[in-house]
Amino acid sequence: MERVPLERKVLNENDRIAGELRARFAEHGIVCLNLISSPGSGKTTLLERTLQTIPPEERVAVLTGDIQTENDARRLARFGFPVKQITTGGTCHLDARMIERAISGWRLEDLDLLLIENVGNLVCPASYDLGEAAKIVVLSVTEGEDKPLKYPSIFFKSELLVLSKMDLLPHVRFSVNAAEENARKIHAGMQIVRVSCETGDGLSEWLRWLDGKRQVRAAATLGSS
Amino acid sequence: MHEMGIACSVLDAVRAESLRFTGRHICKVGVRIGELAGVDPEAMRFCFDALVRGTDLEPLALEVDYCPRRHECESCGCHFFSPLDGMPCPQCGGSTSRLSGGEELELAYLEVDDGACATGTQSPE
Repeated sequence: MERVPLERKVLNENDRIAGELRARFAEHGIVCLNLISSPGSGKTTLLERTLQTIPPEERVAVLTGDIQTENDARRLARFGFPVKQITTGGTCHLDARMIERAISGWRLEDLDLLLIENVGNLVCPASYDLGEAAKIVVLSVTEGEDKPLKYPSIFFKSELLVLSKMDLLPHVRFSVNAAEENARKIHAGMQIVRVSCETGDGLSEWLRWLDGKRQVRAAATLGSS
Repeated sequence: MHEMGIACSVLDAVRAESLRFTGRHICKVGVRIGELAGVDPEAMRFCFDALVRGTDLEPLALEVDYCPRRHECESCGCHFFSPLDGMPCPQCGGSTSRLSGGEELELAYLEVDDGACATGTQSPE
């Protein structure tokens, strides 16, 4: 019996494509963000409220993943920016090849910001790099405040936690402090914004975070050109 | 349940590697799965066995090396295990550490035999 070392990543091929995407995004000065949450946490609504505030001349595009239906793309297309639905047909996450295919018809030189709404799932999307600059995890107050402890992978890998549906707090047993403490137990440096898309509270903080990302990328692109 | 996709990727790698070992049989593939990889080892084993059954890869065993979340203390450099961030170093009490393990999703090794694998019931040619 001979033992032969392999020493490579299982998702080698996905990581290779994600690396290529990341290089292309950097070359064109695009900030790519990957939004992940359980189904029904409010990713699409957050994107609707975001697109609503962005002036139409800005260079923004959205990819939205679901197992079935084009419903989310229809909702997001109302704001006039390029939107493409990725229907996975059963797969519970997006992978880098799906992103590569979905953007193949777009001119990347016309974009500054690419928002990816992953399939609603807190587990599998954590394993697949899409070439994004950052992952964002959305957790609504109608879920358990212990979710960061139950799904550590995605909370560890996300730069920002968006606590959503804050307007529902009076109606649910959810401790914001406990949820935030749990998130920081898994990821000490995690940034957190509290948002209600219903009342608009906290949206400005989320938009400031988004702007910060775009400014950093713009400065980096300027520096390298 | 992306373990099926992960198991497929492992088997793709085994098939690609098998070209290097013509006439020999790959008996086992070793995989490292980290606590933060988002992959359930039991689901992974289930999918792996289902995919291998009835194929020419049979009998191929999967060995999972589960890697807990590991930290390296920035003060004294020792490594310690903890599922949580920001825990004090058990050696020196230092409060800052960096992640040094737990994100693995790696192919570690293959076990290759000249004859049939001992664990299997391979029929003679």
